[in-house]
Amino acid sequence: MIAAALIIAMGCIALAMLLNLFRLFRGPTPADRILALDTLVINSIAFIILIGIQQTTTTYFEAALLLAMVGFVGTAAYCKFLLRGDVVE
Amino acid sequence: MTVTVIADAVIAGLLLLGGGFALIGSWGLAKLPSLMSRLHGPTKATTLGVGSCLVASVVYFPVHGGVWTAHELLITLFLFITAPISANLIAKAYLHGCHTAPGEQSMMAEGMPDAAENGADWATFGYDDAEEDPLSVPTGAGGKDPSA
Repeated sequence: MIAAALIIAMGCIALAMLLNLFRLFRGPTPADRILALDTLVINSIAFIILIGIQQTTTTYFEAALLLAMVGFVGTAAYCKFLLRGDVVE
Repeated sequence: MTVTVIADAVIAGLLLLGGGFALIGSWGLAKLPSLMSRLHGPTKATTLGVGSCLVASVVYFPVHGGVWTAHELLITLFLFITAPISANLIAKAYLHGCHTAPGEQSMMAEGMPDAAENGADWATFGYDDAEEDPLSVPTGAGGKDPSA
């Protein structure tokens, strides 16, 4: 039961990442691309967690936590750059 | 034995819910017409979907892995805190782009309400008349020069 649900959830998240890639390449404004990258990072966190469940290992949690932090910092830095023309003032 | 079956059902339900919500959020990101409406999908649906996957992981590892882990709750908390902040920053950057590229106004400002009558503006800027704004800095630090 869990194996089937894992396969379905992985398929959903892979499809979601493809949709994010579509918005990343298509997006008319830079803010669209930032939003698509942020969502891509969040979806990849979910995918990493699903791989961890499938292999029954807790090794991947640190990777997911680091990806969450780096993704947020990256989004904030991109937006700051668009807003002010500089990241660290 | 029964506890394991119930836990398996809960885990499978949470996984399906998480995958479905993540897909719905990204579908909204790809489908909706303007950025202000596109912000809704990832900030709400995708965050809830990832949270469901992480809660499924919290339930899974004590039952099948034999260990208690709190990392997922940490990740969930972090995501739930940072999602609105990054959405606010992206909206600010978008509004800033609407101002600095007035030629693309009609394409970028699609779906936005009209500006206020007294010259007050959205989020990133203050009043046009700097002398009437008590919060403005004389050096123009809140001005429209992006290199300031």
